Amino acid sequence: MAVMRYREALNAALREEMARDPNVLLMGEDIGVFNGAFKVTAGLLEEFGEKRVRDTPISENTIVGMGVGAAMTGLRPVVELMTINFSLLAMDQIVNHAATIRYMFGGQVKVPLVVRMPQGAGHQLGPTHSHSWEALFLHVPGLLVAVPTTAADAKGLLKSAIRDDNPVVFIEHEYLYGQRGEVPDDDDFTVRFGEAAIRREGTDVTIVGISRMALTAARAARTLSDKHGIEAEVIDPRTLRPLDLDTILESVRKTNRCVIVEEGWPHGGVGANLAALITEQAFDELDAPIERVTGADVPMPYSKPLEQIAFPHEQQIIDAVLHSVGER
Amino acid sequence: MAEHVADTAGHAGLPAADVAREWLETMTLIRRFEERAGEMYAKAKVGGFLHLAIGEEATIVGSTRALRDADYLISTYRSHGHTLARGSDPNRVMAELFGRVDGLCKGRGGSMHMFDLEKRFMGGYGIVGGNLPIAAGFALASDYLGLDEATLCQFGDGASNQGTFGETMNLAALWSLPVVFMITNNRFGMGTALERHSAMTDLLRKGEGFGVPGMRCDGMDVIDTYNVTSEALRIAREERRPVLVEALTYRFRGHSMADPEEYRTKEQVDEWRKRDPLVVFGDQLVAAGILDDAARAQVDHDAIARVDAAVAFADASPHPGPNALYDDIYVLGDQVRGWYSVDERTPTPHRGEDERGMDRADLPFSDEHAATQTPSDAARADAD
Repeated sequence: MAVMRYREALNAALREEMARDPNVLLMGEDIGVFNGAFKVTAGLLEEFGEKRVRDTPISENTIVGMGVGAAMTGLRPVVELMTINFSLLAMDQIVNHAATIRYMFGGQVKVPLVVRMPQGAGHQLGPTHSHSWEALFLHVPGLLVAVPTTAADAKGLLKSAIRDDNPVVFIEHEYLYGQRGEVPDDDDFTVRFGEAAIRREGTDVTIVGISRMALTAARAARTLSDKHGIEAEVIDPRTLRPLDLDTILESVRKTNRCVIVEEGWPHGGVGANLAALITEQAFDELDAPIERVTGADVPMPYSKPLEQIAFPHEQQIIDAVLHSVGER
Repeated sequence: MAEHVADTAGHAGLPAADVAREWLETMTLIRRFEERAGEMYAKAKVGGFLHLAIGEEATIVGSTRALRDADYLISTYRSHGHTLARGSDPNRVMAELFGRVDGLCKGRGGSMHMFDLEKRFMGGYGIVGGNLPIAAGFALASDYLGLDEATLCQFGDGASNQGTFGETMNLAALWSLPVVFMITNNRFGMGTALERHSAMTDLLRKGEGFGVPGMRCDGMDVIDTYNVTSEALRIAREERRPVLVEALTYRFRGHSMADPEEYRTKEQVDEWRKRDPLVVFGDQLVAAGILDDAARAQVDHDAIARVDAAVAFADASPHPGPNALYDDIYVLGDQVRGWYSVDERTPTPHRGEDERGMDRADLPFSDEHAATQTPSDAARADAD
């Protein structure tokens, strides 16, 4: 095990997969000479050269579309978009093309493309650089969607994403880039899509945390144990398509209560979807309504105090759990 | 028209007799295929939208014949002609229009989304301008892998106004990609005339600011189209730089079958019909002694026979059964199945899913029912 930051783990995954497969190439804005807006690609241009680490113009839709075309004809492109907000410029290529082409053309081709992008609030970047939109991509059949939380998952899931033959939307988190974690040394360490991680075992309530919120949920669970004697089970789904619904259901059948935490908007969110699935599959096991803790239903404001109340913190999760168990 | 073609590469002589004949055969096949497709649409055998390329056959065949087998061709929602020109089986193209299992795309794509990997026809795309970045991606892969392939990307005059046009021109030039962009300028973006949708109407110049030089061909002339496209492909392949070719052409039919054509005059259509590429090229072949009148009639007869066979084939091919609904959304590899898509979840179905009855034959869209009538057929019958 080595301790490394989340961004270093991503960097290692890219380096290892590029070394492993000569058809893996990187494309994105300022990923080469500038070393990446968040330094995820630092040093890779030097190591692999301009053929494989390609700085692009600011043309999100076309960068992704070229990735689609190159993926259809033998390469494994990894495209970096500087923030998830910019992915909207590429939505046509991601949804109408990457996700659709295999199905639309009767399975004649595959699109082994990875589109990486960071999301998340907390850096006062205002309404065009701070959102959390895993729900937008979760909505689309044909895509795989990863939301890694730990350094180990960042590395293991990115390696899986690059090796997978489907288009993957790989959602990183700006806050997590600097977080450290233990990562297995093995070059072939991967994390399979569709396997949730149980971050903490508990018997009283299930908390499902998405992306950074899995960490916030784990902190809330410790406080709930220390101060309230409530033992929460914390689940990090790690990927939203495929979704390991079985692990979540198994936990809910044990705890009979569920709180879902996400940074994104409430309407049509990950929690809304998951609550529906749990209700369909395990309604009789629930002793209380499913609680959702979400980002505020507003564009992200710049003001620091406003921004801080616009995405979930530990206390809101604690409040939701206490409400779920009937203590508030 | 004449002033628009003054700067073409010029009208070279006819190709070898067998080549010339094959070009006429393919142009005729496309024409007869499109006519029959329109008839089948009127009979509700074909659903959705149907965009015919009648009038554009010389542009399609002239440009496609400039390609090598290993080159990639990518097109738009008006792509029956392109896939036929690349050599796709007309039976399977018609079956795709009919939405049947033997269609090129198993009935998933329909008219706007043809695809034939084996022939390197890399797709018809329903999003105007959506195919340009993808074309550049093919060229990137060819270049990256050190292969001597080029890509020909077809799109209409309307697509030259999309953001992807400028973005892709810039990137293709910046990265020295072996790709030829061909604007099939039929003078209308759906119903909006060229001079009403593009400030720069000399479309061949639209790439210049991005570093992509332009050429123009007479898209009603199969020989000129072939010559200009060949030169553009040579530049792309040998000099490693993209080229933009503007092919001046005209569609004789409406934008789609649902087009009352209120945006153009009958006189304009008639004027262009005088330059019908099949008539003009057929006359050339007769004049050159390559075909006599009987042989020319035979070309037409053969095309009609192939199209008749295609209709019979498509009609006999079954509709996809309900079990095909979830096929090919994902490549199922080493990843955990989980909840990918509604029907590709864990081995044990979750409650509710096993009650869907996807296999039951009494669904409204079962094979048995579908063999005679689709829901859209029924809707149309009701409307009649």
